[in-house]
Amino acid sequence: MKNRQKWQGIAITLGGSVLALVIAFAICGVFLALIGHNPFTVYHQMLSYDISRDSFLDALRRAVPLMLAATAVAIGFKMSLFNIGVEGQSRLAVLLTAGIATQVHLPAVLHVMFCLVLAMLVGAVWAGVAGILKVKRGVNEVISTIMLNYIAIGLVSWMFDTFFVVGADTLNVKTKELPRTAWFPELVKGKLTGFVFIVAIVIFAFWVIVWKTKFGFHLRSSGANPGAARVAGVNPSRMIMTSMLLSGAIAGLVGMPGLLGDSHAYRRGLAEGYGFDGIAVALLGRNHPVGIVISGLLFGFLDHSSGILQVNSIPRSIIDIIKGVIVLTVVIVNEALKRWHNRRTQQASAAMISAIELEVATA
Amino acid sequence: MCYTNVMDGTYAVELVDIGKSFPGVVANHDITIKIRAGTIHAIVGENGAGKSTLMKTLYGMHQADEGTISVFGQEVHFKSPTDAIAAGVGMVHQHFMLADNLTVVENIILGAEPARRGVLKLGEAKRHLTELERSIGAHVDLDALVATLGVGQRQRVEILKVLYRGAKILILDEPTAVLVPQEVDELFATLRQLVTDGSTIIFISHKLDEVLAISDEITVIRDGTTVATVVPGDVNRRKLAELMVGSQLPDPSGRASTVGVEEVLKVSGLDVSADGDGDGAKLVVDAVTFTVHDAEVLGIAGIEGNGQFELCEAILGLAPAVRGTVELNGHDLTHLGVQERRDLGISYIPFDRHREGLLLEAPLWENTMLGRDEAPGLWSGPFVSGTGARRDCERIVERFGVRTPGVEIPAFALSGGNQQKLVVGRELSSETHILIAAHPTRGVDVGAQAAIWDEIRAVRDKGVGVLLISADLEELIGLSDRVAVIFDGRITAILDPATATPELLGSYMTGEMQGAA
Repeated sequence: MKNRQKWQGIAITLGGSVLALVIAFAICGVFLALIGHNPFTVYHQMLSYDISRDSFLDALRRAVPLMLAATAVAIGFKMSLFNIGVEGQSRLAVLLTAGIATQVHLPAVLHVMFCLVLAMLVGAVWAGVAGILKVKRGVNEVISTIMLNYIAIGLVSWMFDTFFVVGADTLNVKTKELPRTAWFPELVKGKLTGFVFIVAIVIFAFWVIVWKTKFGFHLRSSGANPGAARVAGVNPSRMIMTSMLLSGAIAGLVGMPGLLGDSHAYRRGLAEGYGFDGIAVALLGRNHPVGIVISGLLFGFLDHSSGILQVNSIPRSIIDIIKGVIVLTVVIVNEALKRWHNRRTQQASAAMISAIELEVATA
Repeated sequence: MCYTNVMDGTYAVELVDIGKSFPGVVANHDITIKIRAGTIHAIVGENGAGKSTLMKTLYGMHQADEGTISVFGQEVHFKSPTDAIAAGVGMVHQHFMLADNLTVVENIILGAEPARRGVLKLGEAKRHLTELERSIGAHVDLDALVATLGVGQRQRVEILKVLYRGAKILILDEPTAVLVPQEVDELFATLRQLVTDGSTIIFISHKLDEVLAISDEITVIRDGTTVATVVPGDVNRRKLAELMVGSQLPDPSGRASTVGVEEVLKVSGLDVSADGDGDGAKLVVDAVTFTVHDAEVLGIAGIEGNGQFELCEAILGLAPAVRGTVELNGHDLTHLGVQERRDLGISYIPFDRHREGLLLEAPLWENTMLGRDEAPGLWSGPFVSGTGARRDCERIVERFGVRTPGVEIPAFALSGGNQQKLVVGRELSSETHILIAAHPTRGVDVGAQAAIWDEIRAVRDKGVGVLLISADLEELIGLSDRVAVIFDGRITAILDPATATPELLGSYMTGEMQGAA
């Protein structure tokens, strides 16, 4: 019974996601045809371009920050908090880390650790502002995190120009380069950094904390039924603060693969947009670690494919359209499947109960 | 009190051999009811007996699989409520469907707006409504915001809404569930006026006294079918109840209780205000003082909304006490949090199991972990012990007779009675000194009711103090060693159940009588 129930759930989740993807690509195919491209040719080009070792490494590289952002969003979702502020939290973290880490001299491993902790702190503080506003003043976190995004983006731009910029007179405007001690080691030279391991640790920790600990049980109960959690003795304000801080801390890491592993200095445009794509990845992955990994990779591949589209003079924004349509179809298909599955579960259990009772009665 | 205004024996509604099944479940079968025009016809039955399904069929919210419906002699096939309204059938739902931030008149015309070329004609609507109000002898300020209205007035708005759409046959689904006695009287006056004016009323309820007082005829539904149609003069409350459950009623009483001498729960001078602080705000719990001894059941009787809920919240630490103390076995709890109080031995069966008792989408074994952060076996250190928690849930399912195919099933798949048994089982599985049981048998079937009563008696016999809040006066009288009456936030009497009758309790509950007996 236990296993059957579980496998059915997994099959439905997987089947639903695949169905949603098929629908999404079909809709985008119609769109492609409308603007004068043969969708089959385009998809074929994307697919053949994607199948190679280098493509996989590039997709994985692109997926790393997306998975981090999605995990940050998913922690909030598990407690029914919608942290739209991952973008602002990560941008603030990446600039401050880039600026401050150049002033610090530490041995290799410690320097990297210092950067990661600093980034997590900055992200947590910025998310914590939204947490305090919600707990003390009842401000909806959707509103406050959106507003905090704007403030963060403005702050980053001003602080960059005022305090951290070097080489303002050249085309190469960026912060001072990080000392080599703060560089994250590469896994495959020029293609992939060892940051994939950090992501693996973060996602595994996310799974353990949310699904396997007392704290995680409190978090999920508060998200599933705040009334019941409150009566059970879970302090709602404390849960809101903790989950916002955790979400912000992970959001702080989003820019780190790019900064520590790749560019080694902050320049405009570094690690931008992941916060928003992360929301889509979290939704597509149903806020579950495995789902986040799979959907993160899918988005990584889509981003990677934009290269071949440009070569063939197909507008690369088609990739953004595909992403958007995927999110919509996933949400709709999942909701429909969930209702159907819930009804089935209810009927199946009712039928099983009556069967058991019949046995008892005739025995 | 029989209001026979039977015009000429014609039927307003005839339901013949109605059957309706949902996949795997037969909700209604062989239902035949004939409702005379110009009468109040009550339909009674237990929760889950099929009353709501039947009324949804009549109101066109879904279609019957079998049988025929006729309205004023004409056979009808309603595809939607719109068809039903067009044929003069209107429904007042149990849960009001009103927009708080619109005025009364805006709410009433919503969806049936009188307009010419897109411009609303509010004046015309108001004139029509004023006439309607006069004819039913009930008044509501048409320009008031619905948010400012009380429950009784909101219901009046719902009735006006249905009348405004030209309904001649009104279905009222549990209309008195949310009303205080005075409001019930006013509603009944309105209903009588309506039948005098020629309307027909279908009154769904499970409150038997009210049904006996207001109806001309009563149809009893059990297990999805009609078992009898009776006239109030021919039956009494008990007979009607037995028709409803189909057997002898389980009896809450029957005990050999020995109340202990230790004071388990001691509440002294407790004040709770509506907004959490004491500066001039209205007190919803006002200077409440009582003691529950070991092996004692203290019943709290009162009409809903008189401070029972806030009292429980304050004892558990969910709402702050403005003044006064709560002590458990001599420990002052007043400054402790919810979790600490629970760990000291307070168990709580909450008022509403869906809103406060269960995680409906989560499997049963997670539901039985709620609020048991210190329970041995469920946790290993800071981690969930999946096997331990499942085993514990299986024990609760077995021990408390929860009917389920397994512990991986989500809680929403269980029937109400089994959900409640699960909550009761969970709350009685911790080391408990005091059990606060709020409406422990509300909305559960008779079998589950008897089982839950047995469990409450069993923990009492083991020395646990029980604070029982209930709207079921027979349950209160049957189970309690003493019954306290709460009215307007104050304890107005403490009665001996051996001598208290439901009528006596009722007069204290409405504030007619005050002072200790």
